[in-house]
Amino acid sequence: MTRAVLRALERELLVFARTWRGSAFSAFVQPILFLAAMGLGLGGLVDEGVGAGGQLDYLEFVAPGLLAAHALMATAGEALWGVMGGVKWMGQFSGMVATPMTPGDVYGGLVLSAGVRAGLAAVAFLVVAAVLGGVASLWAPLAVVAAVLLAMVTTAGLAAWSVRRQDDLTFSLIMRLGVIPLFLFSGTFFPVEQLPDVLEPVVVLSPLWHGVEVARDATTGAIDGWTAVHAAVLVALVLVVLPIGMRGFERRLTP
Amino acid sequence: MAWEPSEPSAPEALVQARGLTKRFGSFVAVDGIDFDVRRGEVFGFLGPNGAGKTSTMRMISCVSPPTEGELSVLHLDPRRDGPAIRARIGVVPQEDNLDTELSVWDNFIVYGRYFGLPRTVLRERAEDLLGFARLTDRRDARVDPLSGGMKRRLTIARALINDPELVLLDEPTTGLDPQARHLLWDRLFGLKRRGVTLIITTHYMDEAEQLCDRLVVMDEGRIVDEGSPRQLIARHVTPEVVELRFAEPAEQDDAAGAAAEACERMEVLADRLLLYTHDADATHKALANRAVEPLTELTRRATLEDVFLALTGRTLDE
Repeated sequence: MTRAVLRALERELLVFARTWRGSAFSAFVQPILFLAAMGLGLGGLVDEGVGAGGQLDYLEFVAPGLLAAHALMATAGEALWGVMGGVKWMGQFSGMVATPMTPGDVYGGLVLSAGVRAGLAAVAFLVVAAVLGGVASLWAPLAVVAAVLLAMVTTAGLAAWSVRRQDDLTFSLIMRLGVIPLFLFSGTFFPVEQLPDVLEPVVVLSPLWHGVEVARDATTGAIDGWTAVHAAVLVALVLVVLPIGMRGFERRLTP
Repeated sequence: MAWEPSEPSAPEALVQARGLTKRFGSFVAVDGIDFDVRRGEVFGFLGPNGAGKTSTMRMISCVSPPTEGELSVLHLDPRRDGPAIRARIGVVPQEDNLDTELSVWDNFIVYGRYFGLPRTVLRERAEDLLGFARLTDRRDARVDPLSGGMKRRLTIARALINDPELVLLDEPTTGLDPQARHLLWDRLFGLKRRGVTLIITTHYMDEAEQLCDRLVVMDEGRIVDEGSPRQLIARHVTPEVVELRFAEPAEQDDAAGAAAEACERMEVLADRLLLYTHDADATHKALANRAVEPLTELTRRATLEDVFLALTGRTLDE
């Protein structure tokens, strides 16, 4: 990866700027609909019953969960089908490496731009959540960091996979058996203590859980040493996956 | 067939290859080829699909490291100086790889930014290149709905955004209709007049004849001969060809013996006989004397297609 990675980022952001209307619904509106349905609708029932996270009302509990989960959901597709498009269907990535840019720059640009886009979506989401009363702390802007890191982990990891594939046959499987279960069971909608005891420790393997913890600590003002540990896990994941993805991009684009 | 470069390595050789080899696992795509590309010329790789042309182009454009052999591009080493070489060349791939969701204009700017060129420079060059590609009135149009010829011209024009000394074009007109091809050839001649060195691959013999100053004929990863189109034709075939087609394959078989006596050399194809001759009129007369009566009897001048047939025993589109 070289400094040219910023030019790859520039390209990704320009494409985003020119096409955001098409993706605006899934990027900005969808998470807010979830927030309304889960936080206000379902939350009304939950709060009348046992309560979700101790002293939190359900809206406050689920808002950071949705913020983090959305960073995973919104980037996964782009990292799978988008990368297949760039290396095979449309071939733009081959055009990029015909210039002074390297395969690592292309990959790095994807990872960075996923972070930027997820960050923007998280800011929009936080504003709405705050207006609805789902944000309890002034630390809340830190939750954006969780979204950015999650989007980077997701893109780095899934792009490292998809760049090695010849077709998209496995992609829907990854969404159904990987991404969706993570979305549902990473402490997003209910505390992981509710999981069966055998599954509870497994949740440390979920990047989303670490992201949810960071986001929830931020929006509820419960920042402590663990917050930093969860964030560090996400950073470490990015750093571990990056060289694997870089090698994949090199082999695919400059065989 | 062994082949020696026609001249010792001249200093003006922009690209020089010796024993250049590319293997993918056990598959040998390029099998130890030698060639020189001189500054200012249009140099061609002619051969059928799978001859190793694209693999060679990818090595020259520094996106595929050679397995063996020597290669220098712009007097630099692709293994070491890839980004520096790529900064000075233009690459037109076989398949257009435009950003189809962006406008024509944005495609120039985005691509130019990959070279780290400042926006002021890019705006000036993009304006020029819009004219070159005859797309000025499409400047703000999205690329996706443009015609194949327009996309191809944009791909070529975009490859010029860094003002390259050397432009590589892989099958530049494949899939285009005749009118679009001629317009593209005209644009490529324009580039040549500007002093840009061009390397093209093609499996169209007419394209190679129209465009190339010099070319190499490739087959199964090797170079089988080298020269100008005219030299190659003079070296391997006669100036004229009489093509005979028959109603039935059996008739062709029956006539083959007599037809062979009416020319200097004959090639038998599945659907026709090719009679190579210096004097087509004499051949026609000789055929009439021998009572050879084909369905059609066509006279044409010899082309690189005939050269390829003579060199490999196969046609280019096989």
